[in-house]
Amino acid sequence: MENVSRRSFLKITSIAAGSSLVLGFNFLNDAIAGEPIAGMVFTPNAYITISQTGLVTLMAPNPEIGQGVKTALPMILAEELNVKWEHVQVEMAPYDPKYGPQVAGGSGAIRGRFTPIRHAGATARQMLITAAAQQWNAKEEECYAEEGAIFHKPTGKKLGYGELAAKAATLPVPADIKLKDPKDFKIIGTRIPNIDNKKIVTGKPLFGIDTRREGMLFAMVSRPPAFGKTLKSFDDTETRKVAGVKNVVQAHGVVAVLATSTWAAKKGRDVLKVVWEDSSPLESSTEHETAFSKLIETRSEKPSRVDGDIDAAFNSGGKIIEVVYNIPNLSHAPMEPINFFADVREDKADLYGPTQVPQQMRTEVAKALGIPPENVSLGMPRQGGGFGRKLRPDNGVEAALISQAAKAPVQLMWTREDDIQGDYYRPASMSKYRAVISKDNQLIAWHAASAVLSNGSALMGRGFPAAAIPNFRLDPHTLKSNIPTGPWRGPTANAAAFADESFLDEIAIEMKKDPVALRLELLDNAKNQPVGEVGYHIDKFKSVIDLVTQISGWGKAKPNVYQGFASYYSFNTYVAQVAEITMINGKPRVGRVYCAVNCGRVVNLWGAENQIEGAIVDGLSHALYSKITFDKGAVMQKNFGPYRFMLMKDAPLEVIVKFVPSEDAPTGLGEPGLPPIAPAVANAIFAATGKRLRKLPFDLSNTLKAMPKDKA
Amino acid sequence: MAVYRLSVNNKVVSVDADPDTPLLWILRDHLNLLGTKFGCGVAQCGACTVHIDGVAVRSCSFPVEVVGTSKVTTIEGLSVDGTHPVQVAWEEIDVPQCGYCQAGQIMAAAALLKRTPNPTNADIDAQMTNICRCGTHYRIRKAIHMAAKKGAKK
Repeated sequence: MENVSRRSFLKITSIAAGSSLVLGFNFLNDAIAGEPIAGMVFTPNAYITISQTGLVTLMAPNPEIGQGVKTALPMILAEELNVKWEHVQVEMAPYDPKYGPQVAGGSGAIRGRFTPIRHAGATARQMLITAAAQQWNAKEEECYAEEGAIFHKPTGKKLGYGELAAKAATLPVPADIKLKDPKDFKIIGTRIPNIDNKKIVTGKPLFGIDTRREGMLFAMVSRPPAFGKTLKSFDDTETRKVAGVKNVVQAHGVVAVLATSTWAAKKGRDVLKVVWEDSSPLESSTEHETAFSKLIETRSEKPSRVDGDIDAAFNSGGKIIEVVYNIPNLSHAPMEPINFFADVREDKADLYGPTQVPQQMRTEVAKALGIPPENVSLGMPRQGGGFGRKLRPDNGVEAALISQAAKAPVQLMWTREDDIQGDYYRPASMSKYRAVISKDNQLIAWHAASAVLSNGSALMGRGFPAAAIPNFRLDPHTLKSNIPTGPWRGPTANAAAFADESFLDEIAIEMKKDPVALRLELLDNAKNQPVGEVGYHIDKFKSVIDLVTQISGWGKAKPNVYQGFASYYSFNTYVAQVAEITMINGKPRVGRVYCAVNCGRVVNLWGAENQIEGAIVDGLSHALYSKITFDKGAVMQKNFGPYRFMLMKDAPLEVIVKFVPSEDAPTGLGEPGLPPIAPAVANAIFAATGKRLRKLPFDLSNTLKAMPKDKA
Repeated sequence: MAVYRLSVNNKVVSVDADPDTPLLWILRDHLNLLGTKFGCGVAQCGACTVHIDGVAVRSCSFPVEVVGTSKVTTIEGLSVDGTHPVQVAWEEIDVPQCGYCQAGQIMAAAALLKRTPNPTNADIDAQMTNICRCGTHYRIRKAIHMAAKKGAKK
């Protein structure tokens, strides 16, 4: 939370022509009005507005990309404010520094905002109590807030928040705020449906793609067909003949066609003659793999973790296991294709569109346009998915530059082909894992060396089982490339978990131990004889393992049902999963997934379950089908279909999610549910068939046979 | 360019458009019916699903010139006030996450239930082929079963 003093954004708001108008009236100045002013609304801070009619409007500060914060953050406000959820109106905040960091990333919105937002709600409640007490000439201790009204305990008198709004607006913001006792929570921890459900199911315009403004033109862009190619020249003669095409401009190294409809813009773009030239090497995935396979045989100059002496351990005469895991590039491909609205006029810009990083968006747009950031206004719609794609502001910057060049308001619209070919990707990686099992059947060494495309990582230096094994080393390498890579839901963890948790399963089988028992044993080692830094909370880790084995009946699956286990700690949340598969015509079908989560206190139980269920399906979908490969710099999977996602027929029939009861402050849920599912299913497939899948997506082209259970 | 008279959500409308314009863009850009979504443009994801004479169709790959006198129904026309049993079930089960694909999912589910009023899981597997990136599949299945119980035959 940006350190904005509560008082600095204290304001009086007045109703003007039916809409709120912020006057920017600071009560620390001498202009404190003693009496209520007609038409005043109560705005104790950036998040809350209470009108004299009692309408409570709560601002949702962080971008909503489907992770549920537009519902969950206002729930926290409503809880402390003591209003009924049914009585509040929620609005998406535009970008404004007064809201602090408005980011959708790192599963951090709830974790970062829980306490500050509670304070914001409690401040308003306290001020309403003070207003009522003054009105009644009563003691504040005799007054309490409930369901949108203040009550006077001794007399039973009652004043609604609306009736108190004008008076409360004249009060100074108190310094000492008492938060509610969590045992009195009425909203936090319950099931509240997605705040926009009604609008979503009736098709109301909610998303960036639905933006319509006066005089707006639709812009489609011709962009390089391969990484390594840049614009040389273009001929727009044919484009300008297309009915509806209004302009063709060059901006941001691309050529934009502006038209009165999306289809006209697309037709115009399709007949644009563009010459691209090679400006850097045109790379192919096969070359990357060859380079990876050499890198993983080498030691890094900067190992991300070194405990003990792995070389001594590998020479100690124990049993050595050595395997290689392969992870593909992935595109984010949020359902809503990339778009942005921009209206740039001289030294001012009005932007509206999907982004996970509004602050950075404003800075980068201002820089690109050469205007001060304060001159850029930025609103955010509900967003059709994120998954990390909108952590970079390229879409808004492109729209702004096109608007500036064309001198017109534009709605930039990418096609799905533009999106998948113009992404930054979850980097492909290859990792070699080695372990030593001593003669007395102890896991004494673990060594992983990874090679990752461009940047990013495929190894978690502080994660389990680090600290549980005496000799431990991680050697990360990157392969320089002109193919852009970046964060994708659960970055690093989404690759590392597959290898770590598959490898633990392989080791357990080699040691003839139950995979869950091995993990618990290793966690005990980390607790009793930690080796180096322990980067996770051992009891919380155990809490999810215990809970999932309990709810899944681990080890006691029905005939023809095979179980696989994986657990992972990422983004401050602990997750353990048991996947159950059956073999149908030689192919695995995931029937049921059990999942236990320790994320501290759950704010919105429904939203939390939704995030975990969704992450499981998302992770499974990519494990089964998705990969991006490059040939001479060009993406080979240009649209859905070749870039495949799971359909209903492959989705788990049941997902059972349980949260470990906790009084701890909440941690994030957008990402942590995803990493364990791929290894859990790979481990289940091994249990069913004896075939170990070490490559994503799974190669299931050959028919697999289920083994008799006692052999598995 | 040519003028087409279309029946959309029980209203007759006129649009002047290129014959090859996909119905999706007629709805969105000409008629300002923004509930139908663009997802892939190649009939893979189903975000653009509408009903043509009650049958689910992917409007991104359905040119305006072949619509003819057929009745087009979009998410805005599925019910007057969001009370179609599928819409109600979607809310009761809290299906949406980002929500972007759900108009298409709802239209696909409504068409499925019209043809198969009491679908089995296998029926749902076979007929629900829309993509959802958030992974709401499990709740969609539950909501379809709930809508079937509510009697979503219309």
